[in-house]
Amino acid sequence: MKLLTLMVSFFKTGLFSVGGGLATLPFLYEMSDTHPDWFSHGDIADMIAISESTPGPIGINMSTYAGYQVGGIPGGILASLALATPCVIIILIIARFLERFRANPLVEGAFYGLRPASLAMISAAGLNVVRIALVDIARFTATWRPDDLFIWKAWVLAVLVFIGLKKLKWHPVIFIVLSAAVGVIFAF
Amino acid sequence: MNRLLDLYWTFAKIGGVTFGGGYAMLPILERELVNKRGWTTMDELRDYFAVGQCTPGVIALNVSTFIGVKRAGVRGALAATAGFLTLPVIIILVIAMFLRNFAQEPVVQHAFAGIRVCVCVLIFQAILRLWKKSVVDPLALGIYLAVFALQVSSAYLPVKIPAAVLVILAGAAGVLISMARNSRKGGADR
Repeated sequence: MKLLTLMVSFFKTGLFSVGGGLATLPFLYEMSDTHPDWFSHGDIADMIAISESTPGPIGINMSTYAGYQVGGIPGGILASLALATPCVIIILIIARFLERFRANPLVEGAFYGLRPASLAMISAAGLNVVRIALVDIARFTATWRPDDLFIWKAWVLAVLVFIGLKKLKWHPVIFIVLSAAVGVIFAF
Repeated sequence: MNRLLDLYWTFAKIGGVTFGGGYAMLPILERELVNKRGWTTMDELRDYFAVGQCTPGVIALNVSTFIGVKRAGVRGALAATAGFLTLPVIIILVIAMFLRNFAQEPVVQHAFAGIRVCVCVLIFQAILRLWKKSVVDPLALGIYLAVFALQVSSAYLPVKIPAAVLVILAGAAGVLISMARNSRKGGADR
């Protein structure tokens, strides 16, 4: 029963997450809110890092990882298949009339609205990661000192990673590994 | 049968080496599918990506489905897609098993606290990258702000609007706005 609920959840995610891997994020947060025993907001942030460091599209990585948390190995496999199913069905249909689909003004119009909406949901999901990585709301509401809101060493690392990604153009995996090392050395 | 196995193997190999997904895969797909095997052309690949951008689901799977169906029908599509999924699923399962045993170790927790900081920056960068393509004019900015506000305040609202409903509403709004613009343009032409 749990596996069935899991598959339906990931089928829905596959059906509605338009515009690449991170678009699955709002659905994962929703799932975490409805089923707190499946995975936490913190788990989702860790999943993003693991996805960036392993091969395969982030959406699939996320569903495998989340599925495993819920139902072990069968859970991981079934969640991934459930996520892939709507996508495969839709493409099988579209493959028959590819040209007409691309030039269709209705499709173009829908995507004019979908792109900013998808980006807005990714932004909101990003804010969820900020809430656990860069600010300490519990500490802040205990003292109400503005200074206590921000986790300063995390901000220093964030700025360094941002500049590094921009200037050095290394693969994100390298920055993930370096950040892990910094986290261990400076006891984040 | 050979054809299906061939599809499965080829995409299993591609699935094992594509980090990050999206356009980052294009060079690998070009080498494996266009240059080495001649299963498709660069123009077709670009079309598949364009369709992938505007259909739900993972772009890499769209490409495997397209090429699979072209080579061997529906069964080909399933073989290619299953191939693409194989290695990423196995790798994540192994990592997840490892993490379940070690997640409570302080070292692992510190490492992930550092990694989460990096994840914030990666998401921020992805948003910056997508911004130009997505928020193309003031109306699109309006859609962005409305959806963002609804998502962020959802914890405090009496009814939570599911993300799927937001997706459908945004798509409908996009169609209506484009239709309104086209009819106005049509009127001006006449």
